[in-house]
Amino acid sequence: MATGFLTDTTVCIGCKACEVACKQWNQIPADGYELSGNSYDNTRQLSGTTWRHVAFIENPKHRRLTGDVDLVALAEDVREQLPGGAELDALGRWTFMSDVCKHCVEAPCQQACPTGAIIRNEFDNVYIQPDICNGCGYCVPACPYGVITQVPEDGRVFKCTLCYDRQRDGMEPACAKACPTNSIMFGEVEELKKVAEERITTLRAKGYSQAYVYGTPEVGGTGGIGGNHSKFILLDEPETYNLARHPFLPQAKVRGAFVTSAIAAGVLGAVVALAFRD
Amino acid sequence: MPGLGITYGRGGATNGLQDLQNSDCIMIQGSNMAEAHPVGFRHPMIAKEKNGAKLIHVDPRFTRTSAMCDIYAPIRPGTDIAFLGGLINYVIENDKYFEEYVREYTNAATLVTEDYKDIDEMGLFVGWDEEQQMYDPTNWRYEGAPIDYASVGGSQGALSGDSGGGQGQKSNADGDRPSDETLQHERCVFQILKRHFSKYTPEMVEKVTGCPKEAFLEVANAITENSGRDRTTAFCYAVGWTQHSKGAQIIRTAAILQLLLGNIGRPGGGIMALRGHATIQGSTDIATLYNILPGYLPMPDVNKEHDTWQDYVESETASSGWWSNFPKYVTSLMKAWYGDDFDAENGELFDHFPRLSGDHSYYPTIMEMKDGGVKGAFVFGQNFAVGGPHARLARDGLRNLDWLVVLDAYEVEVATAWKSDGIDPKECGTETFFIPCALIAEKDGSFTQTQRMLQWHDKAVEPPGDARSDAWFVFHLGRRLKELYKDSAEPRDSLLKAMTWDYPTEGEYEEPDIEAITKEVSGYTVADRKPVKGFVDLKDDGSTACGGWIYCGVYADGVNQSRRRKPWREQPVQASEWGWAWPDNRRILYNRASADPEGKPWSERKKLVWWNEDEEKWTGEDKPDFVPTKAPSYRPEADSGGMDAIPGNGPFILQGDGKGWLFAPVGLKDGPLPVHYEALESPIHNPMYTQQYNPAVRKFERPDNPYNKPEDPKYPYVVTTYRLTEHHTSGAMSRWIPWLNELQPELFAEINPELARDKGVQNTDWVTISTSRGKIHCKALVTDRIAVYKDNGKSIHTIGLPYHWGPNGLVKGDIVNNLMPVSLEANVAMHEAKAFTANLEKGRV
Repeated sequence: MATGFLTDTTVCIGCKACEVACKQWNQIPADGYELSGNSYDNTRQLSGTTWRHVAFIENPKHRRLTGDVDLVALAEDVREQLPGGAELDALGRWTFMSDVCKHCVEAPCQQACPTGAIIRNEFDNVYIQPDICNGCGYCVPACPYGVITQVPEDGRVFKCTLCYDRQRDGMEPACAKACPTNSIMFGEVEELKKVAEERITTLRAKGYSQAYVYGTPEVGGTGGIGGNHSKFILLDEPETYNLARHPFLPQAKVRGAFVTSAIAAGVLGAVVALAFRD
Repeated sequence: MPGLGITYGRGGATNGLQDLQNSDCIMIQGSNMAEAHPVGFRHPMIAKEKNGAKLIHVDPRFTRTSAMCDIYAPIRPGTDIAFLGGLINYVIENDKYFEEYVREYTNAATLVTEDYKDIDEMGLFVGWDEEQQMYDPTNWRYEGAPIDYASVGGSQGALSGDSGGGQGQKSNADGDRPSDETLQHERCVFQILKRHFSKYTPEMVEKVTGCPKEAFLEVANAITENSGRDRTTAFCYAVGWTQHSKGAQIIRTAAILQLLLGNIGRPGGGIMALRGHATIQGSTDIATLYNILPGYLPMPDVNKEHDTWQDYVESETASSGWWSNFPKYVTSLMKAWYGDDFDAENGELFDHFPRLSGDHSYYPTIMEMKDGGVKGAFVFGQNFAVGGPHARLARDGLRNLDWLVVLDAYEVEVATAWKSDGIDPKECGTETFFIPCALIAEKDGSFTQTQRMLQWHDKAVEPPGDARSDAWFVFHLGRRLKELYKDSAEPRDSLLKAMTWDYPTEGEYEEPDIEAITKEVSGYTVADRKPVKGFVDLKDDGSTACGGWIYCGVYADGVNQSRRRKPWREQPVQASEWGWAWPDNRRILYNRASADPEGKPWSERKKLVWWNEDEEKWTGEDKPDFVPTKAPSYRPEADSGGMDAIPGNGPFILQGDGKGWLFAPVGLKDGPLPVHYEALESPIHNPMYTQQYNPAVRKFERPDNPYNKPEDPKYPYVVTTYRLTEHHTSGAMSRWIPWLNELQPELFAEINPELARDKGVQNTDWVTISTSRGKIHCKALVTDRIAVYKDNGKSIHTIGLPYHWGPNGLVKGDIVNNLMPVSLEANVAMHEAKAFTANLEKGRV
């Protein structure tokens, strides 16, 4: 039985309760106290010390339907289009998305790990065993989502464990428990898949025709990753949320890179040989 | 809260948070609900998903709340009455009001005296006394009412925060009161209301508020389409309405609108007053305000007929309506506090009870501190050195005390005033005691939250170190004082000697048993100390004791009812078995109005409480907020008194006439109807009336509290202050938590890109914001979520400032409230934090 998350960004209110609950339960230190200037996002990104991260996106590209007259969307760039010629100054809209480890079906981090520290546990979650990890950092560039980073103290890597300890005690992960609007759902992957499909149907019926699930083999799970156990319901293009549209396994590029390098070496060799033929 | 109290009878929120799930439309204004009440906001979100409810946000800033709403309507800070008044005008002009509800349940048909005149060009009501700077409200009385009826006694004044007015006048809509049921008479309340708001056209709304007419009409359309027999609209507000120089009148405007739409007393309707702290409601109920005793009983006052116990009781008892029960409640309170020493017959002990001698509310007391009139202070869980308006003045006040005791979990700025602001501690004579306190998980107790509901929390862990609960401190202080005075023969000490102070204790530190206090607050019969069931059991003969009549019944049957935790999924949506709500566990106030005049539900979908013909009593899904056996057809006789004076079609049982008040003939110091005035400090001239700001606002003209003049070019921008989800008010509980601080580490000022461009300011650049009170430095957060409003083509810029920071804690920042003036709204003595003027310059000037 595989468990995972379904994060519905359409009902996220950006309260960051998930970030705090995660850090409190897992006893992760704060990252520092500096104003980023990037909307209300001051923890900036997922890292070895931030396993849930709420992104704040002001003025995304796509408009969202908000009632019959979408004043906010209308005001984005096209003031003159406001009904009655009224002018509404430069209001944007605001989207929140609680990001987390995607728990890939074919996890590149796991494949890159030389020590066997990264395993799939009994819940089929991608789990880093902190006592095995030797801090080599190979998984860091392997992750197509930038989820994993090393901590400065000893170089080891950390990321979302899907609250392995809580799951073993029959409890849902701390972030899902803390979420006041049920934006973060936890459960069996197969169940969540159905929930996601129903939600997409509902959203489309409401007029959000662009709604889709990210983390399926079709979207966000190509390139050998095979989809994600933590999925997202999104209204904008993946890039808006700092997500890869086509994540891939690093080794998928190895053959091409090897061949290109070989050709380049050959050509270079020939050029050198030609240059020194006398 | 006279906005609600004067209109409906009680100052509390009418409905509960989870009842918002029953709404078809939710209008949030004067509140940033998703950010300040993120957990409560789940209910609007559920309504949106479940009922397809429309969510509306009307606010100067595009916030996390706006992002979740279907309609966002921007308004210039301080123009809420213009927007809501526009809605009232729309509802009346387009015949969208709930005609039967309005005729039967409000004072729409009542005639007003010929002395009343419509508001003049100046924007003043009749009766303005320029010399005294106050109104004579006798000109607003009902036709046929005695001229002095504004001064008729009654406790309602205390309930609403207005100690002068009473609503105890004997009058009922169907009896001797002149009225016109056709609502056509030019002096009937409905026609007066119609004329008063006729000026608030959509075009005027756009001109005054800056909100595009189309957005306004969208809102008007949404709320009217979702009100009526089969649909209900709810309003949510918070201090975004309260903290204005006309806050009570803003809330009144919404209260009038909800009466016109017929949304009060019904599921999914009502007005949610969202409170900013966990037990703000509780702290006014049982009772931190200087002018009320627990349960909103009026504090005895030297300037009133309160010389003896008999005088006090007589003058405060209303002849009709709920407050005719006053003697039962106040006698039971005295019995709870003074036990056998209080003789209900002669009430002699009352002679030694303290009396009010003037205004001892927060702000005048702070000024008194600074002026040397206050010697010492206890501060419990308060950090007004950061969170109070004109915080510098408050710190100066603290530094002028002889002694100060601060009880808090962290070393908040109140406790460090003696060494802040560059003051040499040697120059400060204040002896400060800092007492470490337990936090909520470290003590038992109850919270009374936003919907008047008590929820119990059990101690989970022992407090760290030497920290104890606040109750421990007060209890043992009381014990020691009693010990000190036990042999005193001074009559003035008799109260302290008589005070019942025998709560059982537990544990090593002798923490008082909080449940024993709850039991006393709930009430018991004196003879056998058995808990009473509810306030109908309370007597005025001294045979019952009750520490707070509105909480009476929270310990009914010897069970701590506030501790009940039956999940909402296992019971009807009103969830009456989760916690306990005052009064009498009624979840939706005035719920008799959920049925039509004959007592039948207005519709199947919106049924709540109805008249059962066979059993001849009110029944339904909530506890009826009505005399349970009073038939809908009941009409009082001309000489009926007490609750008998309330007709069977009078859902507003705290009002003398049982009606909701569209027009307030008494009780408000700044007019019977709301009027748009600019904020006390505004960059523009009032576009609607000559009168610039609320004429009845109280100002403190002193050198350390200067005001920025209206349209002062030195202060061209409008500041509005607010909270962020990540911190708690003055930061007293959050600036010490690393996980919260990393989320919002620094003070910032939200400004529009246009203003940033004008000033050459880039995102995260330092800026200086100044007023005539002080200046602060902070970083700019440039965002188009802050709208720009136009006044005759001129841009009016808003500066958004969260006020969580101070010099102490893990993250530090300047104190935003240093910028704010102290001024008092006329009815509730509230300051104006949501709209005042300032200047902004680049860099740290």
